[in-house]
Amino acid sequence: MQLCGADILVKTLIEQGCDTVFGYPGGQILNVYDSLYKYQNEINHVLTAHEQGAAHAADGYARTTGKVGVVISTSGPGATNLVTGIATAYLDSIPMVAICGNVPTTQIGTDSFQEIDITGVTLPITKHNYFVSDVADLADTIREAFRLAKSGRPGPVLIDVPKDVQIAKCEYEEQPPVEKDDPFAAKNVRIEEAAKLINSAKRPFIYFGGGVITGDAQNEVLTLAEKIDAPIGCSLMGLSAIPTDHPRFLGMQGMHGHYASSMSMHNADVIISLGVRFNDRVTGNRTKFAMGAKIVHVDVDGSELNKTVNSVCGLRGDVKLTLQKLLPMLNAEAKPTWMETVAAFRVEEESYLDNREGLTPRRAILTVNKYLGENTAVCTDVGQHQMWSAQNLKFRTARRFASSGGLGTMGYGFGAAIGAAYGTGERSVLITGDGSFGMNLNELATAVRYNVPVVVVIMNNGVLGMVRQWQTLFYDKHYSNSVLERKTDFAAFAKSFGADGEAVTSPEELDAALGRAFAYEGPYIIDCKIDKDEFVLPMLPPGGSMDDIITKLEVEL
Amino acid sequence: MNRYTLAVLVRNQFGVLNRLTSMFRRRQFNISSITASETESGEYSRITFSFDGEENGKVQLVNQLYKLPDVCSIKELTANNSLSCELMLIKLKNDPATRDEIHAAAEAFKAETIDYTKDSIVLRVIGNSAKMDDFISHMRDHTILEICRTGTASIEKGSATLRQNLNL
Repeated sequence: MQLCGADILVKTLIEQGCDTVFGYPGGQILNVYDSLYKYQNEINHVLTAHEQGAAHAADGYARTTGKVGVVISTSGPGATNLVTGIATAYLDSIPMVAICGNVPTTQIGTDSFQEIDITGVTLPITKHNYFVSDVADLADTIREAFRLAKSGRPGPVLIDVPKDVQIAKCEYEEQPPVEKDDPFAAKNVRIEEAAKLINSAKRPFIYFGGGVITGDAQNEVLTLAEKIDAPIGCSLMGLSAIPTDHPRFLGMQGMHGHYASSMSMHNADVIISLGVRFNDRVTGNRTKFAMGAKIVHVDVDGSELNKTVNSVCGLRGDVKLTLQKLLPMLNAEAKPTWMETVAAFRVEEESYLDNREGLTPRRAILTVNKYLGENTAVCTDVGQHQMWSAQNLKFRTARRFASSGGLGTMGYGFGAAIGAAYGTGERSVLITGDGSFGMNLNELATAVRYNVPVVVVIMNNGVLGMVRQWQTLFYDKHYSNSVLERKTDFAAFAKSFGADGEAVTSPEELDAALGRAFAYEGPYIIDCKIDKDEFVLPMLPPGGSMDDIITKLEVEL
Repeated sequence: MNRYTLAVLVRNQFGVLNRLTSMFRRRQFNISSITASETESGEYSRITFSFDGEENGKVQLVNQLYKLPDVCSIKELTANNSLSCELMLIKLKNDPATRDEIHAAAEAFKAETIDYTKDSIVLRVIGNSAKMDDFISHMRDHTILEICRTGTASIEKGSATLRQNLNL
């Protein structure tokens, strides 16, 4: 059937199983929006307040569903507004397809109104991108973009579609959704080497990341841990894959990781790392990182092996398939001495827990935990509140935590929480700080317009808390430009946008407010007042090793 | 620091060279020479480049290259398994006092005179990169007006080809 490019674009999205897209119209994408109008019964478009919010929403949708998130924008500023959202997805390996309009091909390269070379701009932050110059290539380009976005190590793909290509007509034939490339296990010889090394381990430690969520390998990870009697830790990106209360799970490790998790990794003799990339926030000083350990590293992306940390045994392959082949080669062996050591680390960690009375960050998160259902997605922004959330949230289901790990994007959370609510079909929770929330609070308009139930908990300390923490520790308490001194009344702000909200100053008030928020139809903001000098602990100073870990605040404030 | 030569077969798409060089730049790979050309097939282009660094840097470079969807095949070319050659055009000042010396050096290097005016001489030199470097250092005694080098073209010895191991 003969269709115009815009119709082909929308039909191909529908064909690829895309039911919800996020975006914002504009001059050079109007034809596509006309097609979205035509096919509105088959595909739902969510209009955000800003393209960045749309990109983060597509990201939140992708993280919670495992599907490809789709965002649409116009040319020029619409396209550049996507950049932070695309980069966020790129650093966290989130499958996304971004579609931008552009000026007609005849005007490309002439600095036309709202013309930008968005394929050039996004070259370093996409898996791949396309400039479609012929309508005959459009449908297949979109299909290839979906395949690339979800295959191997997922990531964002951008398609730039000039206006005349949206108008031009050609034949369209519906096709089934593209499958991702067949996952493959690591080479047998490497798996055998890994098995030998793991079988010789006296103090094994399993360290996993986002790759286990992407690869749906949480059951294999647990089986592995049981078989070789190992504790489990993870990176920020791995959170939610293993339930928090699983007896083998020690939590996140790294700069602000759980003490027992970091110590166990530091004292392990073999670290089995699965779908992680040994970011500097995890390793600290790389020359002193887990010096006594041999590292087995499984990753679907071969370039991650030996990139920052040298592994003894690098296995390039799908983590689930590789573990399935590895498991039968391993000896089931209890390691009581090692488990005693780990248990002792846990006891020590208990002694560092912040049990102060009042509205402390930890109490606030523990109160939120009481309201989380099995399917509730929790999103965060970036900073202290993000680390408090990572440390104290109780995770039960994989894909129910979304946080900007690699890029560390303040302002990520609200868009993501809207996308997560669409992805799960349920109320989502955003835990944020007053700094981060201030960056993209315009998306409250979106949540109100579509009546998206998002519970927003603002950990409001009036300062940029993480910046302040570093300034306290490393910059002689020079609080340069980190004190906000704003007079925002977040409850009044919520009401002015057509939502509701309130401020709380005690755990009891927070509890009651959460009760109202979780019963409210639509977005609800809780302004949670905390002290400006709360710290995230423990802390491994940047470039430090486990010998430098700060577990208690000993700074005179 | 070692010098590695890599031959890469890429999809012959608009902007493909930019995709490779953009990756080199953002990951700070030290590329000393690069050549790009069409090949026996209209579907592919061939990019040959030299990289100065250590073995682990080269492995990382190859791994990062394979992640680019336009990259179809990569082969490391060494002095043992391949043949390399470069072409240089060098323009020198034509000075009666040094003219004979230039001609003597040109003869020793089998360089050909391809342009001759009363003020200038243009020589064409073909061979490996070390030979070019040597010739240039000899000519530094005279007045070099301009140098243009193509970068290294390399091909594997024997019947093996890059297209035999396509990674699609």
